[in-house]
Amino acid sequence: MARAVLSGNEAVALGVKLARVQVVAAYPITPQTTIVEKIAEYVDRGELKARFITVESEHSAMAACVGAAAGGARAFTATSSQGLLYMSEMVFWAAGARLPIVMAVVNRAVAPPWSIWCDHNDALSQRDAGWIQLWAESAQEALDMVIQAYRVAEDERVLLPAMVNLDGFLLSHAYEPVDAPEQALVDRFLPEKTPAPYWIDPSNPRSYGTIAAPDTYMEFRYKVQEAMENAARVIEEVDEEWGKLTGRRYGGLIERYRCDDAEVGLILAGSWAGDAKEAADALRRKGLRVGVIRLRATRPFPAERLAEAVEGMDAVAVVDRSLSPGLPSVLAAEVKAALYDRARRPLVKGFIAGLGGRDVTPLDFARIVELTLKSLKEGVGGVECYGLRGGGGGDG
Amino acid sequence: MASELPLTAIAAPTKGAAGRTGLWRTERPVIDYSKCVGCLLCWLYCPEGAVVRRGDGGVEIDYDYCKGCGICANECPAKAIAMVEEGVG
Repeated sequence: MARAVLSGNEAVALGVKLARVQVVAAYPITPQTTIVEKIAEYVDRGELKARFITVESEHSAMAACVGAAAGGARAFTATSSQGLLYMSEMVFWAAGARLPIVMAVVNRAVAPPWSIWCDHNDALSQRDAGWIQLWAESAQEALDMVIQAYRVAEDERVLLPAMVNLDGFLLSHAYEPVDAPEQALVDRFLPEKTPAPYWIDPSNPRSYGTIAAPDTYMEFRYKVQEAMENAARVIEEVDEEWGKLTGRRYGGLIERYRCDDAEVGLILAGSWAGDAKEAADALRRKGLRVGVIRLRATRPFPAERLAEAVEGMDAVAVVDRSLSPGLPSVLAAEVKAALYDRARRPLVKGFIAGLGGRDVTPLDFARIVELTLKSLKEGVGGVECYGLRGGGGGDG
Repeated sequence: MASELPLTAIAAPTKGAAGRTGLWRTERPVIDYSKCVGCLLCWLYCPEGAVVRRGDGGVEIDYDYCKGCGICANECPAKAIAMVEEGVG
């Protein structure tokens, strides 16, 4: 392995190169752009033998990936925020058509008001499309996750597209030392794509994406659910295998950090898990047993693994970098739903934080733990908008 | 049920997959071959592929699938196609 200092976006591009992606179609948007710029360099220099399709919009980018994948090619695109929303129709299409495309989403707030900074609402808006949704914490994990994502997506038990989420700027533009796996190792882990089981073949003409009447539509949609359930197992298998090859096993669907004896847990996804872990370490030095559960996947939602991880905890704080107006925390609602059927469950307190790139530091996570303990004392969970100007923001 | 279906909605081209759509017709096109100039515009414009080219280069209507829309009659420059009410003549 060669060690290099790479930004999160450069790490993604290197992952794409190592995965020997055959078709890349993309439209530039901050903070994603440097991914496809780097890929364009690889293609131009002949280091990646791929067709690079410059398109006029994100909708077309995904449409081109759909066509490429339906033709049997390994396809990639990347986008952010407004671009992902513009692509949305084809995002659903890729999933329903069962095409194992991988897309990097460099998470950025959705306008208005304009913002280029980190926020998870863009990816969340596509939650029900049928895409596997994965979240990286570091540049290293972003690289590894792209390669893992193709293995999971192309597995015949799955055959769904996969989204690799990485935090805008916090991860996309921050430079970290990264171990680049050898090409031969990646080739063993991720063999050449076989175009199965459905692909466009001119000698065997078929209509793809035809109408399904009320007597079959539900079954097609249910098949996506079955594939997601399979994906939960495959994500764990693939992470374990990658761990054996590289020494980097991330934990499958979730990463458990100092959870075994924890009284309080922090549950979140993305790069700020590093800050949460630092806060957990600091609080443990003061005698409070805090753990961190980092969601590596939100689709499939790791309900079982979460329930196991919070066993023995008195309270958990779900820290959500998105807001669903009127709810307001999808992540907290999903964690609660995952734990509802358990005989014993911790108090679940939701926090909306860090929207539009607002900084959340280890001190903030320590404060969030403190507020969670206060809620535990009062016996009330609820959701609170953390650090809202002028105070307030709690619903109890 | 779900296991009998493919993973996603795919169809092979099949003649008459929607049944004998010719039964929907209220008027049928009738070609007057003495006026036909063989321009093939009816064959080109038929949205159902129900104007069929014969081996001799002429055309005929496939009444099993012609829905009777009348586009062929409208396009015919020689006025060689008449729309005739079903059950009459």
